[in-house]
Amino acid sequence: MIKISNIHKSFGENEVLKGIDFVFEQGKTNLIIGKSGAGKTVLLKILVGLFKPSKGTVLYSDLDFFNLTKKQLTELRKEVGMLFQGNALFDSMTVEENIRFPMDMFTSMTTKEKQMNVNRVLERVSMTGINAKFPSEISGGMQKRVGIARAIVLNPKYLFCDEPNSGLDPKTSITIDDLISQITKEYNITTVINTHDMNSVMEIGDNICLLELGKLAWQGRKEEVLDTKNEDLHNFIFASPFLQRLKNQALK
Amino acid sequence: MISRLLYHLGRYIEWHAQIYKIQGSWKMYYKETLRQMYDIGIGSLTIVLIISVFIGAVTAIQISYQLGGGLIPDYYIGYIVRDMTIIELAVTFTCLVLAGKVGSNMAAEIGGMRQKEHIDAMEIMGVNTSSYLVLPKIIAALFTIPLLVFLAAFVSIVGGYLATVGTGMFTHASYTKGLRTYFDSYNIFMMFIKSVTFAYILTSVSCYQGYFVKGGSIELGQASTRAVVYSDILILVFDYLIAVVLTI
Repeated sequence: MIKISNIHKSFGENEVLKGIDFVFEQGKTNLIIGKSGAGKTVLLKILVGLFKPSKGTVLYSDLDFFNLTKKQLTELRKEVGMLFQGNALFDSMTVEENIRFPMDMFTSMTTKEKQMNVNRVLERVSMTGINAKFPSEISGGMQKRVGIARAIVLNPKYLFCDEPNSGLDPKTSITIDDLISQITKEYNITTVINTHDMNSVMEIGDNICLLELGKLAWQGRKEEVLDTKNEDLHNFIFASPFLQRLKNQALK
Repeated sequence: MISRLLYHLGRYIEWHAQIYKIQGSWKMYYKETLRQMYDIGIGSLTIVLIISVFIGAVTAIQISYQLGGGLIPDYYIGYIVRDMTIIELAVTFTCLVLAGKVGSNMAAEIGGMRQKEHIDAMEIMGVNTSSYLVLPKIIAALFTIPLLVFLAAFVSIVGGYLATVGTGMFTHASYTKGLRTYFDSYNIFMMFIKSVTFAYILTSVSCYQGYFVKGGSIELGQASTRAVVYSDILILVFDYLIAVVLTI
């Protein structure tokens, strides 16, 4: 579980986040949604420690993330996995080397153990047999899966995904969403996804936080989305004319 | 402008504290250092050899043109070519060229990693990216660049030989007599000190430019250019300072 309280973030005069309180629950896919410029990416970067909030606290279980000792931070880092929007796979390394990287860097596992782990996670994301390929030799969807494999190889307690569906076709998007959701349940981890993909919201949104102009505009579950009277959420969901038409037809 | 200069100088010095804080496996650093050694050493061999031959050849011909007329003995050409290449030309030319080739490559590589979120990915894993991405490059440069400079000095002297003895301007005996005359091993020491200093400058300045790049491809190009320009300027400044300090 991650609990954030009164998170503010400013860049010079520009206040991007204006006092966000939220609880990202364990064993659930927690979604941060909102329009472009709402502050989703900044919030996600604060959660993983790439930005420091101007004010407020981030608690991992009961650990205050920005007041940890170096040792505590190093230990916590091992429990965090992240899938980036552009995958962030290292170009000069093969798929196997990419997945092995956190193990090579921070564990004393034997080569055999590392190999077993690589194969285990590649099998989990249905990508067996591509160990020797370089990221440039596989498709965007495959790169996402490899990114997920690298993120979960050390059995993290927290998984962060920055727009996991961007640049993917609808079918692959659904597959990636399902995979993240399954892994979340399987490993009982706290997953936080930053997205503006409505399909993700409706399919895997166990716990959703809507940001609007740097403020928390709505929170709830996917089952509550369609029934809400919240104007911000309504505007966000039906921003697409196609969905608006569908809704009008359904109402008729 | 002065405040910007002081800001970057301060950040550059402060950043060094991070570079030497090794976090994670030594094996990974070792592996990366070997990769960098290969890239810097083998990758730059051809250009260094080509430049060195011409440095020596042109130096020998220019010196013989300026000192010609019979007043200076022929064997002085070999002596002057040897000392000029060892003390100054081989090390400075090689490092200026390497700042362009290796330095811009390092700035672009690290800057590209920053833009493609590779650095963020490593930091989230707990990697000290300043150290892991920069220290192997510095160590590799400190080992390979002095070797390249030694090789450049040797090849320059051979270049001078080919340009003068090979074309019949001087005899083999007079050129080699010059090479053996007034040899002072202190000059080799000076070349070594210069090569190590220049290697450190060109690597750390280029990595600094790449590591702190912000923006898109235009900014990355600008950072790469700055890496070369600032490295070259600092190499020339330190060339002067070392010359002053070591020859007093």
